[in-house]
Amino acid sequence: MTKGKLSMKELLAWQPETHVSATVRNMPPSGIRKFFDIVMSMEDVISLGVGEPDFVTPWHIREACIYSLEQGQTSYTSNNGLPELREGLSEAVRRDIGLDYDPDEGVLITTGVSEAVDLAFRATLNRGDEVIVPQPCYVAYVPDIILAGGVPRVVATELKEKFKVRPEDIEPAITERTRALLLSYPNNPTGAVMTRQDLEDIADLVVENDLLVISDEVYDKLTYCGKHTSFAQLEGMKERTVLLNGFSKSYAMTGWRIGYALGDPAIVGAMTKVHQYTMLCAPTMAQVAAVEALRRGNSEIESMKREYDRRRRLFVSELERLGLPCFEPDGAFYAFPSIEGTGLSSEEFAERLLMDQKVAVVPGNVFGDCGEGFLRCSYATSREEILEAVDRIELFLDGLRL
Amino acid sequence: MNEILEILEDNAKATSAEIAVLLGMSEEEVSRKIRELEESGVIRKYMTMINWDKVGEGYVYAVIELKVSLHRDKGYDTIAERIARFSEVQSVRLISGDHDLSATIRGRSMKNVAFFVTEKIATLEGVESTCTHFVLRSYKEHGVILYGKPKPKRLVITA
Repeated sequence: MTKGKLSMKELLAWQPETHVSATVRNMPPSGIRKFFDIVMSMEDVISLGVGEPDFVTPWHIREACIYSLEQGQTSYTSNNGLPELREGLSEAVRRDIGLDYDPDEGVLITTGVSEAVDLAFRATLNRGDEVIVPQPCYVAYVPDIILAGGVPRVVATELKEKFKVRPEDIEPAITERTRALLLSYPNNPTGAVMTRQDLEDIADLVVENDLLVISDEVYDKLTYCGKHTSFAQLEGMKERTVLLNGFSKSYAMTGWRIGYALGDPAIVGAMTKVHQYTMLCAPTMAQVAAVEALRRGNSEIESMKREYDRRRRLFVSELERLGLPCFEPDGAFYAFPSIEGTGLSSEEFAERLLMDQKVAVVPGNVFGDCGEGFLRCSYATSREEILEAVDRIELFLDGLRL
Repeated sequence: MNEILEILEDNAKATSAEIAVLLGMSEEEVSRKIRELEESGVIRKYMTMINWDKVGEGYVYAVIELKVSLHRDKGYDTIAERIARFSEVQSVRLISGDHDLSATIRGRSMKNVAFFVTEKIATLEGVESTCTHFVLRSYKEHGVILYGKPKPKRLVITA
């Protein structure tokens, strides 16, 4: 014990960074972070870098939340979520994809799909268990698996296969420690979708190797060539699948942080246990808004989707005009053009485009090594901005060719 | 078809070429469909929404509710069509509730509108009573919100 001032020796002895766990220390920061800092220091940037809708949450949904606050609905909900919301979801899922999930045991409301992803790994992985992760994919899966003590086994998907994952991609990655397969279709960042047939092709492998499938289907409502098929809809796959989804993308409700997990009571129950000790429950007012979204939000989903589809066509046709090869994305709100022909790396291209023309895109390698040579461009922005961004990209490309 | 209409309803200036890209159709096909829509009267007119207040040419608007006596054979049509012919009248609608018809009048001044109603509308045969509501402020017209509060900004880059 020292009295009064600490001595210089004592001050030097305290090194807070040594108190950061090795796991977290070794975890690379999200590749988006660096970009974010540059972009924030600039003005007049047109952004194709945003992973969320540009629509504001429909007014009736916001209004329902305001009303609940006026009524003083500010307490916790039960751990697994408001009964009305779980029942409403169970009913909507039965109606939309014909699957039955018990609202009490098979449904868990989470704080965004992000939490649901984290819970799914933490509730199912033992130390050293391997999870197969097709890339390019959303940036959180790999770190979440590591935090849960698991080992991510990354599998590359390719442009020539339209970024779908095939059994021959997965098979070589399977070892005796493989426990789960992560699927995220419609895909962020590529916009790829998996048809029922594509999913059927990998189902056998899942059964043979006794895998659990963790399927993040948050973009399920945003498909432009036919209806989305969930992996859980395949025969015999419902029990093997933890289906993760949320309100963020389809209802333009990103900031509300409401997601959910559907699955077998054994697994959803395990996830609920972790959830109850960490999150307790998802925000009550946001759950109330989600109930309203489910009840009366469907026409808005459809009209937002129609608008995304138009922007998608507009953007892809403009990319074609610029000579940037891009397969036609069938889902989500991203295009993933190749910039290999320019001789620049994804990061160089994105950084120089930002500096020269003030257009923000996300370098593809942020979503996995196999994303190198591509850019993620979000078309969840107004048509005017898309066209302005394309004009600036054209100027940038002209500059490169000089 | 309906998607073409949806785009044109939002922006009358959208060209066939632009619409074709948005809907993944050929320009010729879009032009042909629009021509059909115009000829069949589905598309009635292409209009521009103007904020006349900004030009210093403000108009005065009033909503007039009317009670009318019914024409034996023609129902409400005769009187409604008669009212609709006045150029001051912007819309005429048959409505449910306490009144029968609702008309929107546009004029240069309150006096101008008031005289129009008392002289031209109230005196029509079949009009039993009128109730004039002057518009004090408009918050939303044709689906467009007129009070400007900028949308809160999104983060520029998110995963």
